[in-house]
Amino acid sequence: MTTTSPPQPGELSLPARPGWPDATGHFGVFGGRFVPEALVAALDELTEAYEAMRVDPAFLAEFARLQRDYTGRPSPVTEVPKFAEHCGGARVLLKREDLNHTGSHKINNVLGQALLTKRIGKSRVIAETGAGQHGVATATAAALMGLSCTVYMGEEDTRRQALNVARMRLLGAEVIPVTTGSRTLKDAINEAFRDWVTNVETTNYVFGTVAGPHPFPAMVRDFQRVIGDEARAQVLEREGRLPDAVLACVGGGSNAIGIFTAFVPDDGVRLLGLEAGGDGVDTERHAATITGGSPGVLHGARSYLLQDEHGQTIESHSISAGLDYPGVGPEHSYLHDIGRAEYRPVTDAEAMEAFALLCRTEGIIPAIESAHALAGAMKLGQELGTGALLLVNLSGRGDKDVETASRWFGLGDREEVDPGPGLDTDQQPTEGAVSNHEAAAGQEAGEQA
Amino acid sequence: MSALAQRIEAAKAQGRAALIAYLPVGYPDVDGSIAAMVAAVEAGADVIEVGVPYSDPGMDGPVIQEAVDVAVRAGVGMRDVLRAVGAVADAGAVPVVMSYWNPIERYGVDRFAADLAAAGGAGAITPDLIPDEAEEWIAASDRAGLDRVFLVAPSSTDARLAATAAASRGFVYAASTMGVTGTRATVGDAAEVLVARTRQAAPDRHVCVGLGVSNGDQAAEVAAFADGVIVGSAYVRELLEGRGAAGVRALTEDLAGGVRRAGARA
Repeated sequence: MTTTSPPQPGELSLPARPGWPDATGHFGVFGGRFVPEALVAALDELTEAYEAMRVDPAFLAEFARLQRDYTGRPSPVTEVPKFAEHCGGARVLLKREDLNHTGSHKINNVLGQALLTKRIGKSRVIAETGAGQHGVATATAAALMGLSCTVYMGEEDTRRQALNVARMRLLGAEVIPVTTGSRTLKDAINEAFRDWVTNVETTNYVFGTVAGPHPFPAMVRDFQRVIGDEARAQVLEREGRLPDAVLACVGGGSNAIGIFTAFVPDDGVRLLGLEAGGDGVDTERHAATITGGSPGVLHGARSYLLQDEHGQTIESHSISAGLDYPGVGPEHSYLHDIGRAEYRPVTDAEAMEAFALLCRTEGIIPAIESAHALAGAMKLGQELGTGALLLVNLSGRGDKDVETASRWFGLGDREEVDPGPGLDTDQQPTEGAVSNHEAAAGQEAGEQA
Repeated sequence: MSALAQRIEAAKAQGRAALIAYLPVGYPDVDGSIAAMVAAVEAGADVIEVGVPYSDPGMDGPVIQEAVDVAVRAGVGMRDVLRAVGAVADAGAVPVVMSYWNPIERYGVDRFAADLAAAGGAGAITPDLIPDEAEEWIAASDRAGLDRVFLVAPSSTDARLAATAAASRGFVYAASTMGVTGTRATVGDAAEVLVARTRQAAPDRHVCVGLGVSNGDQAAEVAAFADGVIVGSAYVRELLEGRGAAGVRALTEDLAGGVRRAGARA
């Protein structure tokens, strides 16, 4: 393994990569390119342009300027002692990606890919979105850089997330409801690939997570690793030591790879990815791909996925739309198999308990995606005990989740309800209300986090 | 010689291109799809692409996706596919499986190769498996004596055309346009250019053209420059619109007339 030197925020180079993927995009047996031949030329073009760009001082200066002046980087690290009282005596630090422009880590990646689009001379970008966050981020970058933008979104999500559709349209993007297959995020990805293969002369596909065919997993990791590069330096500076564990939620896995990468060479630092356990991994309603899935090929790469005995993709379920994806980035599968990172499921109920707790104890409303990582910290803190130092990636803010939370906790017109941490989160939705899962299915987030 | 190449040679000996029909197993149901395949064979199709239903068919347009969605929901699997392969072989055409990679990987690559060969299948077309990722399939298909058909596209470089054709056995599948499956008003010049480029890169390979052909006139146009004409969405549309085996038969007769009208290639 190649070790990386600790980088500083704003430093004008992308740090050295870990010893993977190989030149053809393989993370051990995972990754690669399982795509129609028609896309190979575009993927080669993208790979070549990206490899040149990532060492180009002019690009790096522009990328650093945008991260600082537009996104608001570096994002701070916040200690949350009152939340930590529920974490077995461990101390908890949050990396505040929720404070970025557009409200999550997604902007880190789309700015890089939008710059790359301009560099290869294409005028149009397309993106998939489960319920809005990556779509909004892509529409934002497209508006900033004068690119035309089309976002594919499952038809059900466009209906439930009318506000996000309006946000994207305000930013000048075209939003196309996807009516094929299961009409979910995975079908939005299929549709975006179909658009790309048809319009590849003019169009670049801005992929939202560390999945997909090479070079997307490595490229998106490079754009997201600023999270961990900053956090590692910030924790060292304030604590004089590294954290005992780094925690992040995992859907597709971009925020987790973003914070893990800087710590991969630090053998003493545990890396813990929290998957969406939905109703529980012993039920059929979850999105815990590594915990409950098996290796296969989906959306252009080999990785763990949820599939049936015929190799058909199984629909995932999570209260968090951003984690509601039946695949996962190939680097996570690799980190799992080599034992460098561990992956655990967090149920909807556990995530919502952590969600409420952070709201009430610290005055921070997290994305429900990120609440899965917080729930992981509550458990791991109990295991590690007093004195342990946990770094949690707060990948996004929860403004978008207010309606889901309101339904989950039975707020809204029921004034007498106390949404405190002790609330029984297993309660059934009130009569006539949309069920928790239905309400959640359309929520935006650090989707495919 | 491979079973596919042999059948294409036989068509060529008759001064025509081969007619290759795609039909997905399980639409409208397994028996109905097999009946449609047999009807196509009886009406003049040389090769049947026996389609494996898949939940995420990224290279297919809305027509084929609509049909395979039904088959996926019905739980159609490789056992049904192998039954269709046997029926096509019994009817006298060459069956070749068309499958995205994950259903084959899930079934087991060696097991798939052995079972396909035992059922009388000639090999497999793999639209999302490029030779770069195909080491296991190349080894398994060699062991089982199966053909393997990879795709080339207008965007392929000359180097990739040569490498992809070299890895292929049976024929090379030339995707006529940049896009997904579906019927088109015109097939376009890109297909002819691609066939010529592929032949130049690999003079000893047969090149068949797919994507966009839906009637006898288009088949004649493509047959003038290709070794085989592949038709998919137009067949599936016959089934989606309820015309069943009779519709498949009529379409095949039109297409079979087309591949003969083109006359012998110079």
